[in-house]
Amino acid sequence: MDMELEAMLRPPETPMAPYPPKMITLATGAKMIVRQVDRSAVPTLLKAVRPTLDIPRDYYDVVGARLYAELLGWYRHRVRDEFCLVGQVDGYLAGIVNSRLFSTKTCISLHTLSLERGLRIGAHLFAAKMEYPLEYLDIEEVLITAESPIGFRRWMIEYGLEPRDGQHELGGADYFALTKDIYLKNKDRLVAGERPVPPDLLEEAEKEIKIRAADKIREKIEGVKEETQ
Amino acid sequence: MKAVYAAGVGMTRFGRRDEVSLVDMMADVGLQAIDDAGLGEQPVDMVYVGNMASGLFNHQVSVASALVDRLNLMPAAADRVENGPASGGSAIKNGFLAVASGYADVVLVVGGEKMREVIGPKATDVVACMTHMEAEYVYGVTLPAMAGMFTRLYMEKYGVTREHLSMVAVKNHKNGTLNPYAHIQMEISLFGIYGHPQSHVTNPVVADPIHLYDCCPVSDGAAAVLLVSEEMAKKLDAKPVLVAGVGQATDTHTLQERAEPTDLKAVRIASEKAFDLAGIKPKDIDVAELHDAFTILEIAESEHAGFFKKGEGAKALVEGKTQIGGSLPINPSGGLKARGHPVGATGVAQAVELVWQLRGEAGDRQVKKAKNGFSLNFGGFGNNVVSLVLRRV
Repeated sequence: MDMELEAMLRPPETPMAPYPPKMITLATGAKMIVRQVDRSAVPTLLKAVRPTLDIPRDYYDVVGARLYAELLGWYRHRVRDEFCLVGQVDGYLAGIVNSRLFSTKTCISLHTLSLERGLRIGAHLFAAKMEYPLEYLDIEEVLITAESPIGFRRWMIEYGLEPRDGQHELGGADYFALTKDIYLKNKDRLVAGERPVPPDLLEEAEKEIKIRAADKIREKIEGVKEETQ
Repeated sequence: MKAVYAAGVGMTRFGRRDEVSLVDMMADVGLQAIDDAGLGEQPVDMVYVGNMASGLFNHQVSVASALVDRLNLMPAAADRVENGPASGGSAIKNGFLAVASGYADVVLVVGGEKMREVIGPKATDVVACMTHMEAEYVYGVTLPAMAGMFTRLYMEKYGVTREHLSMVAVKNHKNGTLNPYAHIQMEISLFGIYGHPQSHVTNPVVADPIHLYDCCPVSDGAAAVLLVSEEMAKKLDAKPVLVAGVGQATDTHTLQERAEPTDLKAVRIASEKAFDLAGIKPKDIDVAELHDAFTILEIAESEHAGFFKKGEGAKALVEGKTQIGGSLPINPSGGLKARGHPVGATGVAQAVELVWQLRGEAGDRQVKKAKNGFSLNFGGFGNNVVSLVLRRV
């Protein structure tokens, strides 16, 4: 590798305070550990994202493909100031969210991918993705757009976001801002999590990000089962 | 009145069914019911289709005509029956009357709805169209809102608590995991949806005091029952179940016009009619499928149908009487809460579950030695209700 050229192509990295992991009790009673991962986790995460590329339902293919590219770009040092949080239940990956800092005051929300459905995992992880920059990185607002109707309903309707003129980094339709004020007004209603995470659960989550088989991931997302009669 | 038998049944998996059209779902279950009854090439005299709003959900009307053609059942008479979320129950009632009167020997009753073609808020709005246009709908009322108000009144009057409501949800979700046709096959925990200090985030308010897990999902699905006369039943190689009782009753369109809004008069009268026709009492019922579109309704209906005294439905729930294995299992299928609620299909799906239960074919959710089954299909907000009593013979 030509390190001189690489130094030109590799974006600088702004130091970020770490996201303190938290534990969310789901409707099933299961505990989901939400924690930050670094670049080294990306190859594992991509194994879980790849099966979504074939799922048009709810724009999983679009979200999956863009998330795949964003994570890969971050892994290969081609995206600036990206961060990634994951949710794990019993060690298994339940969802991924990512964003990147645009400036010291503005964060750009990128994608939310839930691998389990019906438990508001996407909503919980989206909330964590807002919590991190607004509470721990001194960011004033997060810019948001949605690609799927589910995302639209979860983020924009539930939070009452502030519309903005212009374009979001992802392109697409209208975009909105979650300001610190709006976030704090909604926090009690929409943001869950207990800290500190019990050491044994955190250790289990950090030890290995378990990924389900591709067909299981598709089944969990699409809800498809064998016809029984 | 002639005896009427359910000779065959069919059902699709409930849930989100992007891959199949409404008419194809209904054709699928219609064929299942015909095959299940062993009808062979014998003609179907009439077809009744329970469907609430295909025009609004799917931009398709005359679905009964479409179904008859799809199944090549011409020249069978065919009608779509619309009675809101009790369309399926009403379709069965009409099929029952056709056979009981001697007008028809073989009637195919199909219930179907494909609601997921529209987004959630639109589906809520379509369902809200059954409320009173001038007195309710124009003010923004939705069925969850109505259920919220009803629940609040019921709590104040009878001491029902949010924990009781959550217990209904937990029970029916558990039952749903035993039903391969159920939309939601996921157990939930009382701690997760009610007991945990942050359960208000995991299980958010929809219409206070109704929370997310108090509401049934919006579903696609279809179910079918083939009703036949006694003479026809004897010719078929099937395990017929007697349709022993049918009852229907109405109440005021608006909830606020009722002298006592917590009194579900139509539920009571429809149930009494069904029991009278069947010649039995509520205590004789072994398994019941109630219309738990909202958790409060399972409790309230269990009282109004006569299974428990008014105000004691929650007590029965707490005592485990309504669980599979209890003295009166309610909603072993998972109910609307977990099996799902494709509105026009629900009444027929309830009957299908009872047929399976009475035949001893309900798998892991089988209620032991079930002889008499009861279903209640709740139209509007209790303003048009259909009850059935089915009996193993």
